[in-house]
Amino acid sequence: MRRIITRTLLAIIALIAIGLWVTRPQALAPGTLSGIEGDVARGEIIYAAMGCASCHMAPGSEDRLVLSGGKSFPSDFGTFYAPNISTDPDHGIGNWSDAEIASAVLKGTSPAGQHYYPAFPYASYGRAEVGDVVDLIAYLRTLPADQSPSRPHDVGFPFNIRASLGGWKLLFSGSDWVVTGTLTDDQIRGRMLVEGLGHCGECHTPRNALGGMDTAQWLAGAPIPGKDNERTPDIRAPSLDWSAPDIVAYLKTGLTPEFDSAGGEMVDVIANMKQLPDDDLNAIAAYLLIVGTDTP
Amino acid sequence: MRKTLVVTLATVAISVAALAGADGHADPKQIEAAVKARQAHMQLYSFHLATLGGMAKGEIAYDAEAAGSAADALVSLVQLPQGGYWLPGSDNASIENTRALPAIWAADSKVGEAAGAMVEAAMAMQAAAGTDLAALQGAIGAVGEACGGCHKPYRASAN
Ligand code: HEC
Ligand code: HEC
Ligand code: HEC
Repeated sequence: MRRIITRTLLAIIALIAIGLWVTRPQALAPGTLSGIEGDVARGEIIYAAMGCASCHMAPGSEDRLVLSGGKSFPSDFGTFYAPNISTDPDHGIGNWSDAEIASAVLKGTSPAGQHYYPAFPYASYGRAEVGDVVDLIAYLRTLPADQSPSRPHDVGFPFNIRASLGGWKLLFSGSDWVVTGTLTDDQIRGRMLVEGLGHCGECHTPRNALGGMDTAQWLAGAPIPGKDNERTPDIRAPSLDWSAPDIVAYLKTGLTPEFDSAGGEMVDVIANMKQLPDDDLNAIAAYLLIVGTDTP
Repeated sequence: MRKTLVVTLATVAISVAALAGADGHADPKQIEAAVKARQAHMQLYSFHLATLGGMAKGEIAYDAEAAGSAADALVSLVQLPQGGYWLPGSDNASIENTRALPAIWAADSKVGEAAGAMVEAAMAMQAAAGTDLAALQGAIGAVGEACGGCHKPYRASAN
């Protein structure tokens, strides 16, 4: 009897060890960034497209360039707080290497080799091009330093064990696209902006019990965490029923085809989107117009 | 011009301050009427923006006169005293059929500032709308931003 227990225990430990190894935090492969030169001007557009400021600027602040952190993200697993990612060497990420920042954004892995929580939308950012992220980093390095200390997250057991996030990552992040098939160049660019950089799915797609985006309900609208009785709208083409110019005008001005105006967190998204070139906004529209249809 | 603007902003701020201070509870009928009135007020914003925004989008042919009068209407609307509509106790935690958030009436509410920004954006639109299409297109973004600047903190999303 004793032997059986010991064996079972050993087997469980072995399984956990294999599990932890399979789901270990992955940084970018060494050398991934070598030879890629960051372009600050392009980085500014990528910064807007990826919406870093919406989460990392101080709550209630209007200054989209001071990334002092502090905004809270309630979830079923606890409350997360966006850290300081300004150029401050002590409180921000001023002395991180490019590879460390890129591994955080694309892989959700910290310089110390730990998993980040998916409240940091790396499950979407993982689809970004390395070159775009290098441009972004060049731009981030031009932003001001801020000395606000990062606030620890408020999450209980077992979610406070970062190693437990490995399985989540394996299931719900990666660089696969949701909408596949034969797409036009515009739709492909739009897919990068919506599924990747703009991380629209993080808010507009309902989540399953494990907190992963339910891609079968891609962009179908979802409850808003921490707000009872509020949902993000269903923006699949048949439900939204807007024309391409309607979508572009909304992303530029926040005004709907009925000339109501956007509210909630979408206001921050629009503050970012309106900085994108028209070609990119047209591409987002081209992509959204095929979501939920048989076209692709 | 600068002076009128300052006066207007002050008026908006005062009317909002007055309502925040009024804590006498209105009866449900009064509240229902106030909610209807403010929603109608908002619908009038949308009505006039349909002309301006439609032209900006290229859906309606630009017409300086029509654009000018829509912008005039918007400026008149944003200057109307609104204190009567925003009764304490008419937030979405207290009653049905409203998306107005309790934050409007909180001690640290900045709703007066949001209303002030709306006045400024409407006036900038008034100056631009009758000039030409490019000027109108240049002003529409700030109007949308002013609407959104109040909807973000003070209006719940739909469910
Ligand atoms: C939806 C909100 C959100 C967005 C958008 C977002 N982040 Fe974050 N970010 C977070 C949260 C929450 C964390 C904390 C994650 C954790 O501790 O596991 C975080 C963590 C980080 C970290 C790790 C900081 C540290 O001290 O370990 C970096 C670096 C970072 N984000 C950079 C970015 C960049 C660059 C962008 C834009 C490309 C961005 N983030 C966009 C929410 C966000
Ligand atoms: C000072 C704050 C503020 C400003 C400025 C503002 N709104 Fe509103 N708006 C609200 C609030 C609060 C509600 C929710 C009212 C309710 O449901 O009782 C609302 C509701 C609405 C509605 C829905 C009305 C209904 O029938 O339920 C529309 C449409 C609207 N706003 C359009 C606009 C437009 C367009 C602008 C800009 C020209 C604008 N609003 C500016 C605060 C504002
Ligand atoms: C941080 C969460 C968040 C993100 C990210 C986000 N949205 Fe939204 N979106 C919202 C919310 C909330 C609303 C409802 C706004 C309101 O209350 O008026 C909305 C509304 C919209 C609407 C209006 C739909 C309607 O029926 O009125 C469109 C279109 C839209 N979003 C597109 C996008 C696109 C495209 C992206 C990515 C570039 C995106 N959203 C990213 C939260 C988000």
